[in-house]
Amino acid sequence: MNPFQTLRFAFGGLAANKVRSALTMLGVLIGVAAVILLLAVGNGSSQAVKDSIEKLGTNALTVSSGSGFGGSRSGSGSASATKPLTVEDARALADPSAAPHIESVAPEVTTSQTALNEGTSHTVGQVVGTYPAYFKASNSKVAKGDYFSGDDVLASRKVAVIGATTATDLFGTADPVGKKMVLGGTPFTVVGVLAAKGGTGFQDPDDVVVAPLPTVQNAFTGFGSVSQILVEAKSAEATTEAQGEITTVLMGRHGIKDPAALDFRVSSQESLLTTQADTNKTFTVLLGAVAAISLLVGGIGITNIMLVTVTERTREIGIRKAIGAPRGVILGQFLAESTLLSLIGGGLGVAAGLIGSHFTIVGIKPVVIPESVVGAFAIAVVIGLFFGGYPANRAASLRPIEALRHE
Amino acid sequence: MTPPLWPRRAPSGRTTPIGQPTAGVPRRPGTPPPVIEVRALFKTYGHGDASVRALGGPPDPATGRQPGVELRVEQGDFVAVMGSSGSGKSTLMNILGCLDVPTSGRYLLDGIDVGGLDEHQLSLVRNRKIGFVFQSFNLVPRTSAVAQVELPLAYAGVKAAERRRRAVAALTLVGLAERLDHRPNELSGGQQQRVAVARALVTTPAMLLADEPTGNLDSHSTEEVLALVDRLNASGRTVVLITHEDEVARHAKRVLRLVDGQIVEDVRQAPVGGPPPAMRERAHSVAGGLR
Repeated sequence: MNPFQTLRFAFGGLAANKVRSALTMLGVLIGVAAVILLLAVGNGSSQAVKDSIEKLGTNALTVSSGSGFGGSRSGSGSASATKPLTVEDARALADPSAAPHIESVAPEVTTSQTALNEGTSHTVGQVVGTYPAYFKASNSKVAKGDYFSGDDVLASRKVAVIGATTATDLFGTADPVGKKMVLGGTPFTVVGVLAAKGGTGFQDPDDVVVAPLPTVQNAFTGFGSVSQILVEAKSAEATTEAQGEITTVLMGRHGIKDPAALDFRVSSQESLLTTQADTNKTFTVLLGAVAAISLLVGGIGITNIMLVTVTERTREIGIRKAIGAPRGVILGQFLAESTLLSLIGGGLGVAAGLIGSHFTIVGIKPVVIPESVVGAFAIAVVIGLFFGGYPANRAASLRPIEALRHE
Repeated sequence: MTPPLWPRRAPSGRTTPIGQPTAGVPRRPGTPPPVIEVRALFKTYGHGDASVRALGGPPDPATGRQPGVELRVEQGDFVAVMGSSGSGKSTLMNILGCLDVPTSGRYLLDGIDVGGLDEHQLSLVRNRKIGFVFQSFNLVPRTSAVAQVELPLAYAGVKAAERRRRAVAALTLVGLAERLDHRPNELSGGQQQRVAVARALVTTPAMLLADEPTGNLDSHSTEEVLALVDRLNASGRTVVLITHEDEVARHAKRVLRLVDGQIVEDVRQAPVGGPPPAMRERAHSVAGGLR
């Protein structure tokens, strides 16, 4: 008996009960497709998080005022009152001898103001006063016009770069570059429009006005402390060193000896998003588990059908044995049938999974993991072999005389 | 000729290699071994008090010895086994066909002791030494006639082209050359049984075992199938046929009658060499008609 012959018998066996074979394959199909698709959805959502990390700039570190997480403020009382962050703090961080891993520093003040343009009013979510280094550190690029320059900062010019949402809300379809708008009573000239970043959180990152630091301080916040300092590390790998350098420099400036009693906080965008990525991983594993169970159920379906087939064809098995079919051939035939079921079911499942992954599911664009395709298909085939093994073995070990008497 | 089959694994503890005529069985040199040699054969179902004797007689009250079934069938013979239902003829048939194993006793098929063979070797014996014809045809469903006949060859590992050639030849021999691609449900009972006969003889087995081959057939098909079996026997094939009809037994050269698991009557109707009696009669009647 060559393998081709066995395969032909197996096809014949499956074709004899088309509806039953099709339904069994459907079970495997759903299982495989579910594994591929659900893992793709989970992976897609992690991918989205990863993308937004990259969008925010992985090199960026944010220094903000306030104690560290669970900082021991209740200690001996020797801890001085929280010193606010100042422009001088930022200048000290920009010193390359003290902090060699820092590329650039941009102090920020933020406020919220209402902008007006020819009768159109719009409340801007975030008005940021900063240095030109902000654009690079926060990974904000202009789509039209230009950034404001260091000169603009020194001269406190009333210029602004606005976000995509702000631009549409204030100017509609018109090109805002060169136009004037009134922000909280102060006229600003728009010099550039930022490329849209796309929203990932509650706050629209495109609803923003970025202006030179002294201009914003002069108009709105006053020349006191800054809200936070955006620091860009030399590279993504240097963020840890940069974080250490920031801590050292600021501890010196704020006169803090105890590293546990800091009055500022250094956080990377990445650390915030890693937490989210971890949640996503749990989510993916959960989805995968559900899918794996459905694949298992598909496998049990194969066993069930093969057992029915063996019982139904006991007499045929008896005939085949009487004319000299060895045990191995009978075993091979039924194993081939069950494997064929899972192979075709699995193949169609892969196709269904890949087609399904082209659609957006609950707002997530699925990203297929190649390993999941290969894995799900391989598991389906192994399930066919494994779950088909028991019925096939039962068929093969039937005694010919009993099998022949079976009605 | 069938290729040598049993050099693969000789069960341990055996002194004579299988496949060789076993010592202790007297045989005149030069004569072929009997196709079937059965000695002191018993078959019981169940255990202890609940056991039912299917083959073999009750213990002799005087000597305490149990008479088993003794049978010798020479090559080219045509034996009909008769008996009422429950007489053990089907049990005997199943044992002769290696579908069942005796409780005790020896069975030499074509000189090979079948008792010591394992499952795999038995399947080879069934494939190459025995051709089965059943009362209920027992064709594989949804399979064309030519594929049915090819099946035992496929199990024997014959190449596809050679398989097809031999299957077509066998089907032509039984007069079904026109119906190669018909499935069992497209054939009449007589035709189905002829396919079964073709399947039984395609491997050129040592003997043809037929279990009431005409039991499910009308008289016309019965005549067709019996004429076919006669022809096969006339060409030298050993035939063992089980029946309870005298009409069918009339075709055999030798008739055995089984009662309660024992052979009670052994009648020779025609010599081993030569055509079966039914063919001879036909030849006579044709000659008489001419005269």
